Amino acid sequence: MIAFAVRRLLTTIPVLLIAITACFFILRLAPGGPFDQERALPPEVMANLRAYYHLDDPLIYQYLRYLGRLVQFDLGPSFVTKDFSVARQIAIGLPYTLILGGAAFLVAVVGGVAAGIYGALYQNRIPDYGIAGIVMIGLVVPNFLIAPILQLVFGVELGWLPVGGWGNGSPYYLTLPVIVLALPHVARISRLMRGSMIETLNANFIKTARAKGIGRRRIILRHALRPALTPVVSYLGPAAGYLLTGSIVVEQIFGIPGIGRYFINAALNRDYGMVLGTVIFYMALIVLLNLLVDLAYAWLDPKVRTR
Amino acid sequence: MHHFLKALVSAVALCAVTGLSPAAAVTLNLHNGGDATSLDPQRVSGDWENRIVGDIFEGLVTEDAKARPIPGMARDWTISDDGLTYTFNLKEGIKWSDGEPVKASDFVFAFKRLMDPEQAAQYAYLQYPIKNAEAINTGKMDDLDALGVKAIDDRTVEITLERPTPYYLSALLHYTAYPLPEHVLKEKGDAWVQIGNIVTNGPYRPVEWVPGSHVLTEKNPEWSDPESLDIDGVKFFTLEDQSAALRRYRAGEFDILTGFPTDQYKWLQENRPGEARVEPFAGLYYYVLNTSRPPLDKADVRKALSMAVYREIIGPNVLGTGELPAFSWVPPGIGNYESGPAYVEWKDMAYPQRVEEAKRLLAEAGHGPDNPLKLTLSYNTDDNHKRIAVAVAAMWKPLGVDVELTNAETKVHYANLRQGTFEVGRAGWLADYDDPTNFLDLLKSGIEMNYGRWTNPEYDALLNKAAEMQNLEERAATLVKAETIALEDSAAIPIYYYVSRNVVSPQISGFEDNIKDIHRTRWLAKTE
Repeated sequence: MIAFAVRRLLTTIPVLLIAITACFFILRLAPGGPFDQERALPPEVMANLRAYYHLDDPLIYQYLRYLGRLVQFDLGPSFVTKDFSVARQIAIGLPYTLILGGAAFLVAVVGGVAAGIYGALYQNRIPDYGIAGIVMIGLVVPNFLIAPILQLVFGVELGWLPVGGWGNGSPYYLTLPVIVLALPHVARISRLMRGSMIETLNANFIKTARAKGIGRRRIILRHALRPALTPVVSYLGPAAGYLLTGSIVVEQIFGIPGIGRYFINAALNRDYGMVLGTVIFYMALIVLLNLLVDLAYAWLDPKVRTR
Repeated sequence: MHHFLKALVSAVALCAVTGLSPAAAVTLNLHNGGDATSLDPQRVSGDWENRIVGDIFEGLVTEDAKARPIPGMARDWTISDDGLTYTFNLKEGIKWSDGEPVKASDFVFAFKRLMDPEQAAQYAYLQYPIKNAEAINTGKMDDLDALGVKAIDDRTVEITLERPTPYYLSALLHYTAYPLPEHVLKEKGDAWVQIGNIVTNGPYRPVEWVPGSHVLTEKNPEWSDPESLDIDGVKFFTLEDQSAALRRYRAGEFDILTGFPTDQYKWLQENRPGEARVEPFAGLYYYVLNTSRPPLDKADVRKALSMAVYREIIGPNVLGTGELPAFSWVPPGIGNYESGPAYVEWKDMAYPQRVEEAKRLLAEAGHGPDNPLKLTLSYNTDDNHKRIAVAVAAMWKPLGVDVELTNAETKVHYANLRQGTFEVGRAGWLADYDDPTNFLDLLKSGIEMNYGRWTNPEYDALLNKAAEMQNLEERAATLVKAETIALEDSAAIPIYYYVSRNVVSPQISGFEDNIKDIHRTRWLAKTE
């Protein structure tokens, strides 16, 4: 198992290198640069700025310098937020994203799985339709619409919850952003879970268990849950990747200083160092999550383990 | 498992308790918009950063509640008869927040650092009036000591200018003129600006900075008069989404908004009367015409396009926030310009007449419904810019002008303007200092920000002449002449004068509207 994991991690290095290279050069092809702004700078000052960040060197030197620093785990400076290096900014924003995304992930898994099982048990009856309705809302209404509505209802009108802010990560502040972030995933997971649970409940081994007179609760939790989870798990990798890289919409609307906004803002600002830094970080995270999904598969499905 | 649950519950409870600890001190919760890129006054460029650095640093002069210059670190000053030498006497007992004295040498150090080409300070050019500053900053002169800023002794700063500059005191209000704690920079280098290292000399000092979230300040006990401050600290919130900010304001989480979505103005006026403040602001929204491309090289074509812009309806109807229509290049109310601004001669002509005249001018140039003039109008992606572009295209349509709209993100748009790859482009300018030259310089030949490449030797000569003048009235008269030339030649299309848009809670007092939209916290008070 360890050898498998190590081999998987090693094969990602060339992939990472190709991605960094492509990203590095494509970024430079984009018009505009980090110091273009509404007010043009005197050409001499612009030249000084470019020299300060070595942007006046030939591109290939800049590229080699970047790789050289990267080998030493240095993501370099940010061209826009001058007082914080790229690595430092990611380190500052990451805890917020991890807490928010982690909480949303838990809510999505627990809520989605529970709703899916419930829907499967009451298939084509009122509770199932009720859940399906909520699921549709979660799937089709975009978060930039749900978030303001929740803010207006629970924050402004009822005054039960804060409209925005982090508040040291207290559940009081986290409730609304977590709901907004988790809702589409609750919806998708519950659909997957419902389908897979219905299928599993019709499988022969469940019928056998039922014939033996085992109670419904025990059948579901002990026998049906694990095999039914397999399709859900394959969805969890991308879902976790999505949630843990942050959401610019949720972060902007709720004023949470996570890393979701970095990538888009950096791309718009032509903050070359920051764009590359976030790409590398996202890739590393996704590689890691995929590995975890594979390991989880092995745990859930004995057939995978023996292969 | 139970232990884990217990730990989780207590951790959550702890978070909740610390999150809800009572605030005894009076904190101003200010929606500041963009994210601060730095707390170093020589490394910032945005108005949102100005709000922070202007609270934590103080220059030789500083702003009163209406943003007019008053003594800051300097007790008083004298200006030599030739207008070239300013001698500032520092106040006694002024200190940095670590208790070290603020010395004249801290100013000299700061100005030298600002001009040092290696520092690449973006706004260094605002202090180019100082002797040799431009030569040093652009690398034409190596000797930093040749800069016209000297410490005569610990308490006297002498600034020598290149030429008499009547607005120089107003330029000294700018954050590029703040002193820096030489002793801290020497010891910590670039890390001087991190929380824990940073030392400031203004009424407040920064104590917490979470990028993407907020900067928190508290009273600086070493500042000369901390007892006079009503507000104990400011939380400058980063939040670019103005609608979300308004919702937080409505829930009482913010005391002041430094902007609001224009489509919410009506709602605010009806539901929160008196809280939204829309006031004239020293800025111009304009369309620049690429005069290096036919047919925009013809003054009559440019004039026709300008006349046909029904700017009177843009503020009230297109934007909905009552921006004032612009018929001059320099916004009214700018200092050192009593006799200005100059207006276009057709300012008072009724709009239908203007359209007729514009049609005639275009017909003379050979364009009309049969031979439409095809133009592309470029703007940086933004809802309001788009609305205005659509409106202007509709206003030009009856003249026989076919407009193609293109938009690009801000960086690309301005890169295009600079490179001259546009025909009609949206641009804007906010005053850096209170003087008409700040606007008129934009149309000088060979200036990077003269995107339209409009050149007029007479205009340049008048500006250069005015730069040598000391008598403010004569200087203003010369500048009015220059502005008149630019308007007669339709160098660009002024559309509207900017307005500042603030929302101020009734709990806040001391917020005085002013054309610079600068409101230092030391003049504000908050009732709980």
